[in-house]
Amino acid sequence: MKIDSISNGIVLDHITAGKALQVYDDLELRKLDCSVAILQNVKSNKMGKKDILKIDKEYDINLDVLGYIDPNITVSVIKDGQTIEKKKLALPKKLVNIKKCKNPRCITSTEQGIPHMFKLTDEENRVYRCVYCEADK
Amino acid sequence: MKHLIDPTDLTVKEIDDIIELALDIIENKEKYSEACKGKKLATLFFEPSTRTRLSFEAAMMELGGNVLGFSSADSSSATKGESVGDTVKVVSCYADIIAMRHPKEGAPLFGSMVSDVPIINAGDGGHNHPTQTLTDLLTIKREKGRLNNFTIGLCGDLKFGRTVHSLIKALSRYEGIKFILISPKELKVPSYIITEVFEKNNIEYEEVTTMEEVMDRLDVIYMTRVQKERFFNEADYVRLKDTYILDASKLKNAKSDLSIMHPLPRVNEISTELDDDPRACYFRQALNGKFVRMALILSMLEVNV
Repeated sequence: MKIDSISNGIVLDHITAGKALQVYDDLELRKLDCSVAILQNVKSNKMGKKDILKIDKEYDINLDVLGYIDPNITVSVIKDGQTIEKKKLALPKKLVNIKKCKNPRCITSTEQGIPHMFKLTDEENRVYRCVYCEADK
Repeated sequence: MKHLIDPTDLTVKEIDDIIELALDIIENKEKYSEACKGKKLATLFFEPSTRTRLSFEAAMMELGGNVLGFSSADSSSATKGESVGDTVKVVSCYADIIAMRHPKEGAPLFGSMVSDVPIINAGDGGHNHPTQTLTDLLTIKREKGRLNNFTIGLCGDLKFGRTVHSLIKALSRYEGIKFILISPKELKVPSYIITEVFEKNNIEYEEVTTMEEVMDRLDVIYMTRVQKERFFNEADYVRLKDTYILDASKLKNAKSDLSIMHPLPRVNEISTELDDDPRACYFRQALNGKFVRMALILSMLEVNV
């Protein structure tokens, strides 16, 4: 299968196979009015299988969301058909409005308009805790 | 502006300073009687309380200040559906400092994000209760003469017991303290306390299920109530509520200078026959709560006497 390369936009490569739709949803790419290609189970020497997303538009991508989903994703910025920048991802120290606390005793379960915030407490095990109730769900 | 939400919001030095100030207040009450004249404390209690609310109010009154507020969510605009954020924003227009209790964990932290005046967490669900911790630390200091090098047994509901979580966090920063955690397996401390407080800081701890097996080693025993209001399932509460009852027979092997503490209210986890035992310090602990809150209010309002 062949997908055209893009001239100006973003390529998200080395997405763990099966996670492309999660990335698509969490980055809210459905709100874009440009072409977005979702490639699943692409052969990869390094990973065996991988997913790729191509966004055919210059776009200020939320690196915290991506880093939280998978810090190994490669982000390439394409301009005039050339890769002009590769962005490195890391596990974000703080997540704001990226996921919700599931603790029914947490203030976030009832308070409208409250920012949902988590902090990274254990990088090795990728543990994030709700800043309000400290639950790790 | 400083808030007190989590016991570790205060450095060890700040805690030691508050305890020293509380000790000075105990010795020189007159000196502080008008220290907060013209200042107002708002007590926002979305959940019932006796000791904490009244001790906050008594503390402010003894400092010459005034008190306003409500003592249950039913008597506030929360019944009309007002959010915590809006309530705090409005009250911060009227008061110089706010003490807030809420059944939802993290509510005072959210309050502190929107408030124009300092917020003191007076208990948020099963999460934290930093002023009880200051009370406990002042009590240990007065009873033992030190805040280091002792073995403390924490007994009862260690899962939902916010006083226990806060006390562990605070004591973990002092030297030479060994923790013995006494609870049924259903009410063990949350895993984050084990991994992120004890193991991360290389602190000695032990988990047991009976108090008798460790009583002779304890310098302090901190009893807690199994709190009905924290259970979603009443059957679990009924099954666990009488797991630990401290009475004279259980103290047979206890040290002569053991300190028996309890944040109160108790139901039946400490037999009343122990109330006259000099080792029982839970009522002295309640009194210390007023003094340490006086010191905290002065410190947070940056009032120097």
